[in-house]
Amino acid sequence: MSFLSDAPLELGALVASVQSPERGGVASFVGVVRDHHDGRRVMRLDYLAYGPMAEAECARIVSETEARWPVVVSLRHRVGSLEIGESAIVAVAASAHREAAFEACRYVVEEVKRRVPIWKREYYADGTVAWVDPTQIGRPMPVGSA
Amino acid sequence: MGTAPSSTIAVRVLLFASYAERMGLDSLDVRLPAPATVGSVLERVRSLPGGRDLPLRPLCALNLAHASLDQAVSAGDELAVLPPMAGG
Repeated sequence: MSFLSDAPLELGALVASVQSPERGGVASFVGVVRDHHDGRRVMRLDYLAYGPMAEAECARIVSETEARWPVVVSLRHRVGSLEIGESAIVAVAASAHREAAFEACRYVVEEVKRRVPIWKREYYADGTVAWVDPTQIGRPMPVGSA
Repeated sequence: MGTAPSSTIAVRVLLFASYAERMGLDSLDVRLPAPATVGSVLERVRSLPGGRDLPLRPLCALNLAHASLDQAVSAGDELAVLPPMAGG
């Protein structure tokens, strides 16, 4: 299973991969590249991953989730260069009923953000570039010019 | 580890994103006396040029799993120093 993708993510394909006649609830989350961060205009960004660990950590998150709720999960995270509006992450959880699907989908996304070694480098309209540090929102750290 | 207190081990250290830029490299091999921990490898890395720019207690992963600073490190292990993650 490969959770990282350098090609555009397809929500429909992930939904189809978990759908079945006995699963009446499919919850999905799509994280999309936005054009602003901390008051600055973002033009595009790069996602960099520690690939082998990111794959292992995503697998652990999916296993945990499928053990905790009666769901089947599908998860992809984009790496490489992304434009505004492209999907960065897609998480889908399917279950017999909606409650487990919603809870499991939320859990997967929160755990990915907390645990999976992926970093984001933003390119701003003023020509500067910075690695995003979610612990330092309010004072992004410039690392050079684009 | 009590059998060879003076032996040294080699550990592969990986750096990413802002940490790789601060150090000017994305991987290095560190040799240090056994027994070693994640923290003692980090101390060695912080003694290298640019190493003081790394936090005192960064997130670390040992052999592809999150690790604490007091976790034991063995010869041939891969230790990754992880900047704050920003996926999702």
